[in-house]
Amino acid sequence: MQLKVYGYILVMAGVTYLIRLLPLTLLQRPIKNRFVRSFLYYVPYVTLAVMTFPAILDATNSPLSAWIGFVTAAALALAGKGLFTVSILACAAVFLAELVLL
Amino acid sequence: MNRQADWRRGMRDGMPICLGYIAVSFTFGLAARVSGLAPLQALAMSVTNLTSAGQFAALGIIAAGGPYLELAAAQLIINLRYCLMSCALAQKLPAGTRFAHRFFMAYGVTDEIFGVGVACEGPLSPWYMYGAISVAMPGWALGTLIGVVCGSVLPARMLSALGVALYGMFLAIILPPARKNRVLAGLVALSMLASLAASKAPLLSQLSGGGRIILLTLVLGGLAAWLFPLPDQPGPEQPKEDGHAA
Repeated sequence: MQLKVYGYILVMAGVTYLIRLLPLTLLQRPIKNRFVRSFLYYVPYVTLAVMTFPAILDATNSPLSAWIGFVTAAALALAGKGLFTVSILACAAVFLAELVLL
Repeated sequence: MNRQADWRRGMRDGMPICLGYIAVSFTFGLAARVSGLAPLQALAMSVTNLTSAGQFAALGIIAAGGPYLELAAAQLIINLRYCLMSCALAQKLPAGTRFAHRFFMAYGVTDEIFGVGVACEGPLSPWYMYGAISVAMPGWALGTLIGVVCGSVLPARMLSALGVALYGMFLAIILPPARKNRVLAGLVALSMLASLAASKAPLLSQLSGGGRIILLTLVLGGLAAWLFPLPDQPGPEQPKEDGHAA
């Protein structure tokens, strides 16, 4: 089991590094294919949205505090706050919510 | 080329990234501990991968003892955005930048480091990237180590609150550009609804979390690219402009 974990780590590190490396070395001019370009553009939004919701609702001790954290983070992000601010204030909102609720 | 000045500028811009990384990788360390990873394993994963979403997704697959292929496919899909970022950075490098630089730079292409790199004025110096990476990566490693070692001494309330840190970061990545672009806004909302539906639907909910992410990304990303292709301009679009250049 222990060795297999390092196998996993090696596999994921290899895949992730290649994704980063190949365009930097092979592709020295812009991608022409419009569908590929568009697909690559949309991918992070779909992936991160899918990973965030509904998983965030199970991330805390109660669904209600998770909802409060979710709404806080979404509102701050929409207001254009940076990664760190949004993240920390969402945590703070959950913490305060659970102080009051639980 | 002024290597030292470029390096110093990179370090300066890497500072806020480092702080953010400590907070988020701390929650990764906690999650890794819960998944049964040893501290050294979690640290090795953070140092070799340097990617938030991919590492979190991997924990589930590793804990379930999933096949290597599922892990590789999940990483490919979740981290495919780095491909686009590397394309954009490749365009910004001065012509004739040495191969060795490209190899080393590739290691540090993350959402945030890409953000500061692509926001630089003029051509991109690899030394600037090294500066940012040299500050940001230790933050990611340190947070992981603290999380995986000290997780159990934190009160439950605090752990619960930290559970949303990563998701807060994800929202801060996808929502600002979505506010300015209706297609993105619709796509983000649709993705969340589809994800909720897939987690309840009879057949889809039996897929692993990683499998659902891959499937939904291929379907919804493909649909969006087909229905709303980007305008035909030379040069790749920036995936986002959320201004982490602070």
